[in-house]
Amino acid sequence: MSESAPLRDAAVPVPGDTGVERPPSRGQNALREMLESSWLVTVLAIVLALVISAVLIAAADAEVQAAASYFFARPMDLLTAAWTAVSQAYTALFQGAIVDPGATTLARAVRPLTETMTVSVPLIFAGLGLGIGFRAGLFNIGAQGQIIMGAVLGGYIGFTFELPVGLHLLLAVIGSALGGAIWAGIAGVLKARTGANEVIVTIMLNNIAIYLVGYLLTTSAFQRGNSNNPISPPVESSAVYPLLLGTGFRLHAGFLLALAAAVGVWWLMNRSTIGFQFRAVGSNPHAARTAGMSVEASYVWVMVIAGALAGLGGSAQVLGTEKVLTAGVAASFGFDAITVALLGRSKPLGTVFAGLLFGALRAGGYSMQARTGTPIDIVLVVQSLIVLFIAAPPLVRAVFRLPSPGAVRPGVLATKEAAA
Amino acid sequence: MSAVTAPSRPAASPAPVGKPLPPINWKAPIGYGVTALVALVLFGLLPASGRTTTFTFATSKDFFQIEPLTVPSKSTAIVLSLIGLALAGVSLWLPRSRRKTGVWLPALFGVVVILAFLTWAVAGKAQPLPITGLLQGSLFLAIPLVFGSLAGVLCERSGIINVAIEGQLLAGAFAAAVIASLTHSAYAGLIAAPIAGALVGLILVYFSVKYLVNQIIVGVVLNVLVVGVTSYLFSTVLKVNAATWNSPPKLPTIEIPLLSQIPVIGPVLFRQTALVYVMYVVVALLQVMVFRSRWGLRLRAVGEHPKAADTVGIKVNRTRVRATMLGGAVAGLGGAFFTVAAGLAFGKEMTGGKGFIALAAMILGRWSPTGALAAALLFGFADNLQVVLGIIGTPIPSQIMLMTPYVVTIFAVAGLVGRVRAPAAEGIPYVK
Amino acid sequence: MKLELRGITKRFGSLVANDHIDLVVEPGEIHALLGENGAGKSTLMNVLYGFYEPDGGEILVDDAPVTFTGPGDAMAAGIGMVHQHFMLVPVFTVAENVALGHEPVRGAGIIDLAEARRRVREISDRFGFDLDPDALVEDLPVGAQQRVEIIKALSRDAHVLILDEPTAVLTPQETDELIEIMRQLKAAGTSIVFITHKLREVRAVADRITVIRRGAVVGSAAPTASEPELAALMVGRSVDLGVAKAPATPGEVALQVKDVTVIDVAGVRQVDDVSFDVHRGEILAVAGVQGNGQTELTEVLMGLLEPVAGSVLLDGAELVGRPVREVLRAGVGYVPEDRTADGVIADFSVAENLVLDLFDQAPYARGIAFDPAKVAASARERVVEFDVRTPSVDAFAGTLSGGNQQKVVLAREMSRPLRLLIASQPTRGLDVGSIEFVHSRVVAERDLGTPVIIVSTELDEVLALADRIVVMYRGSIVGIVPGGADRDVLGLMMAGVPLDEAQAQVATHHTTLGQADAAADTDPSEEDLT
Repeated sequence: MSESAPLRDAAVPVPGDTGVERPPSRGQNALREMLESSWLVTVLAIVLALVISAVLIAAADAEVQAAASYFFARPMDLLTAAWTAVSQAYTALFQGAIVDPGATTLARAVRPLTETMTVSVPLIFAGLGLGIGFRAGLFNIGAQGQIIMGAVLGGYIGFTFELPVGLHLLLAVIGSALGGAIWAGIAGVLKARTGANEVIVTIMLNNIAIYLVGYLLTTSAFQRGNSNNPISPPVESSAVYPLLLGTGFRLHAGFLLALAAAVGVWWLMNRSTIGFQFRAVGSNPHAARTAGMSVEASYVWVMVIAGALAGLGGSAQVLGTEKVLTAGVAASFGFDAITVALLGRSKPLGTVFAGLLFGALRAGGYSMQARTGTPIDIVLVVQSLIVLFIAAPPLVRAVFRLPSPGAVRPGVLATKEAAA
Repeated sequence: MSAVTAPSRPAASPAPVGKPLPPINWKAPIGYGVTALVALVLFGLLPASGRTTTFTFATSKDFFQIEPLTVPSKSTAIVLSLIGLALAGVSLWLPRSRRKTGVWLPALFGVVVILAFLTWAVAGKAQPLPITGLLQGSLFLAIPLVFGSLAGVLCERSGIINVAIEGQLLAGAFAAAVIASLTHSAYAGLIAAPIAGALVGLILVYFSVKYLVNQIIVGVVLNVLVVGVTSYLFSTVLKVNAATWNSPPKLPTIEIPLLSQIPVIGPVLFRQTALVYVMYVVVALLQVMVFRSRWGLRLRAVGEHPKAADTVGIKVNRTRVRATMLGGAVAGLGGAFFTVAAGLAFGKEMTGGKGFIALAAMILGRWSPTGALAAALLFGFADNLQVVLGIIGTPIPSQIMLMTPYVVTIFAVAGLVGRVRAPAAEGIPYVK
Repeated sequence: MKLELRGITKRFGSLVANDHIDLVVEPGEIHALLGENGAGKSTLMNVLYGFYEPDGGEILVDDAPVTFTGPGDAMAAGIGMVHQHFMLVPVFTVAENVALGHEPVRGAGIIDLAEARRRVREISDRFGFDLDPDALVEDLPVGAQQRVEIIKALSRDAHVLILDEPTAVLTPQETDELIEIMRQLKAAGTSIVFITHKLREVRAVADRITVIRRGAVVGSAAPTASEPELAALMVGRSVDLGVAKAPATPGEVALQVKDVTVIDVAGVRQVDDVSFDVHRGEILAVAGVQGNGQTELTEVLMGLLEPVAGSVLLDGAELVGRPVREVLRAGVGYVPEDRTADGVIADFSVAENLVLDLFDQAPYARGIAFDPAKVAASARERVVEFDVRTPSVDAFAGTLSGGNQQKVVLAREMSRPLRLLIASQPTRGLDVGSIEFVHSRVVAERDLGTPVIIVSTELDEVLALADRIVVMYRGSIVGIVPGGADRDVLGLMMAGVPLDEAQAQVATHHTTLGQADAAADTDPSEEDLT
């Protein structure tokens, strides 16, 4: 797959750079290779997003505004105030996401990193699922609903039944996967049977899931017995993911399951006939159909697998981090997962790193909000800007004055000649 | 976006006549029939008899006062459901006799079934169902949906998929609140809102046209970006000094003389804010301009076959940029509804998914301004019905009512309400 | 109007599509631009039409240099173009399509449809086109669509009309009518640039011929030049215009198509009660103008489309109702008509493309585990056997030329034992070398005893390959004739005229091209190459 293939329509011939891996050419020096690489673009996109967000942080800072009012008298004051505001916010973000050097114990110092890992679990799960969809030509916007439905079914099994330790967790996890799979499967079946656009259907299913979980939490089967609030009973301890680092940390075994899922997805997409078929359908459904593959079955299975993965993300919330079902159980993980999959270029390894990065932004965001009063909403700005820039490498290259990758490949010309 | 990927080929010449005709599409008649039967059983046959339903038709301000109407619930629901069944029969007969089914049939069917439902839902309640209030509220709640879906029509007719309607609404709401607060003028908010929306449209189309980024992705990401920026500024600026930044004045209600005195529809249509009157104008203007004007012909050509448009000297990308910015402006104007028209301060994520319902309304409305208007009104009605019934008290949980528009949309895009055809070049960047 | 191109150069990346091309079109002349597929003709015309900006050289109109930043400028300068792939909006009416870009308006920018219709009728009447201004373009047959394109150009006062491969979609009789229109236009003072790779047509209508090869002008010729001479100039070596093939030795019936009918979602009968047999060791060609049901017919044979009635028996086994996968497994090889859409996956490697329909079978897969090494190893053999020019088997198929992509498809479909080969438009858009290769492989497959169905809209190809010819029109079979039938008879049949009637008509009236054909046969032309 090419650098940003899922970001583009496969049917469209894209001239030049980004869309296509170039055939190896001789005589290109290492520096040029590096400057043209997609990894550099990724890093620079993150830098660019942080810089723009820094402007926003500075602009909204009271002291910066005060300094701006006498800018012409003492311009340096403005810069100093801006620098202070931004550096404080980003330092707090980093300390809340990776490591806190001011902490008294080692456990406290590394605690932020484990929080990042905990938050990243649903992002990685859902991002892996969405990535499969993007590579198979399906724009699944529905991870949010799939996480919710996964949490609903997994949570229900978790707090309703009393089962032996291992088995209960296993069933609850399977239930979560099933919940997500069924919810996504609706979109897959409709796409396969009627051609209904999956973007619209999954957006609608997200909203339906939000109201559905709201409704379920008013029913006796889901609502906590002695409560009028929309909250479920706590999940039985036999159905909770084991903690990895003891009770001082929230990091749970769901993280390992997410890493295992990433390996599984890699094998599925690159080393199995099923993945071959998914990729073929994603790149050119007509050719896939002509070669005897069932495009319809592929759509259904892609959605089912993607939904199961997102549902597992729901299990990480309801059986790991939250241990209880609420209407807000999915937070905005489903939407963030879209950006995770895009940033990870729909590849498993990339998705894991992207999930960790966005997990770090979120975990650090809370700490930043607490310490410097910078609202966590800035994280949304950083995230969306990163994805926007990743999707437009020429823009990033132009901003940083990088050379653009080699010449137009001959294939494009062939397409043009045929079209002209 | 293409809601249904119909396998269409350039049609060959029509077949010689006198041979067996192609099969009839049974989906619609069956759908109508089943719905009417369900209505008959649920609303008519099952409920206990002896209860009555009361509808009122006038507000206290009205010049003409119409007496409230009280009907026996059970028999009324049965009669209405039977009319529905009769309409299902008509829908069976029309295609068999090779006649075109107009819009009147689904519209009439919808009205009949909804009336049957209402008759049942408020049966035996002490409080009457205020029809005028229900419609007034529906129109009110439909405002952002109408503007949003018109924005969708404008963008998609030019070939740009606009999933960022939500973000455009939110940006409009934000800008309207801030500018109206700063200037102490609600009308200044109405000017600021479209500018903010157009800006979001500009980013969408810039990334789509210049960098050929998938339009759905840009749209999704822009929604997140606008939520992030507005929420951030809300927390750091608007909330801190709400008196200066976030206390927008409310748009005044303007009564059109005479027209507003027409029974039932007068107060609904002509006792509204300036934003609603602008909406009427925009819908009418777009309907004419998109389908009858030079601008509209070129716009549609660009969305259907951009290369053909290019070969006759129409600047494809320029057309798309302008259409998307105009669309963004229209959606931004709709965003003003949430703050200056509703008389509310700006709040985080206050558009609450209305942009996505607007997208659905555009598809249900088959990419036409009047169709989008009708679909938006329908969704506004469902939204308001849930509020009204919540007050009167009904057997239906509010969450189920709130789900209805989304479920309807899924049925619509699954082709159960009839096939829809999106602009052919939608979502495909134009590269020479 | 006199039009001159001086030193036009156009590059796409490292590829030079046009290399210092000079061309002069005198007022009122029909100037043929002859070159094989991929020679750079269309690129040149798109430069001239303002669609591409040239990297070098200049365009002169009546000896004054002009620059075109877009087609609008070219049109304003009096240049009109009829594109090979029509530039018409299918959901617009004829009048709307003609008006698009220079619409007559009443106040407030509202289109004056009455005026738009009047414009269409005026030009339509002048040339006897018989077009309804209010018909939707998507409902018109291709011939009529081409006339809409011509009206479009003329309604903009084109003094130079570029026709890009205009005859590709026409029957010989329609081509005849087009030639008549071209002559009328010429008489009215319009210059015509006629782009084609068909030698017969140039010789029939052109006043002057410019030949281009690999992006450069390689010579010019008078229309009196013989076909072999023109062919040699065009390809750069002497070419054998026919296909070397021994007479067929048909065996027993292998494929029986019976009463197949297809009705599409719009209720149109795309295939109407079609029946025919194919024998072992014979090539059956399905001829017809584009869009007369051939595509749907092949899709039925492949299981891609479900017919409402009829049966397809391959060696006695029913194929209808079976999924594509089973049809392929039953030994049917399929070369689809649109290779970029249906034949190859552009961003899959050549190796992966070579196993698109075998990827889940041994030795490429064990269970659901896929073995890329085995795939690559087998691909390296195929690439050599089928002469696919690719840097490596890991290169993306999209980076290959059309001819090499088609060889990938052939290599995939012909590397397994076949009981039937179906090839749709197997040489569309290919250069002469690739065409020869494809034709020879198809004939070789026939000689192995495989029944072969060739679907082609190109009469030349049909006549070169076919042992028997089925002619389709509006979804029905007009008639089945032996290979080597008269071109004009076939042409009339492609327009729906039954065989005997067609023969009667041809006996009294040959088309211009038919006459040219006859002349060429009797009189090996005097050479006049310059």
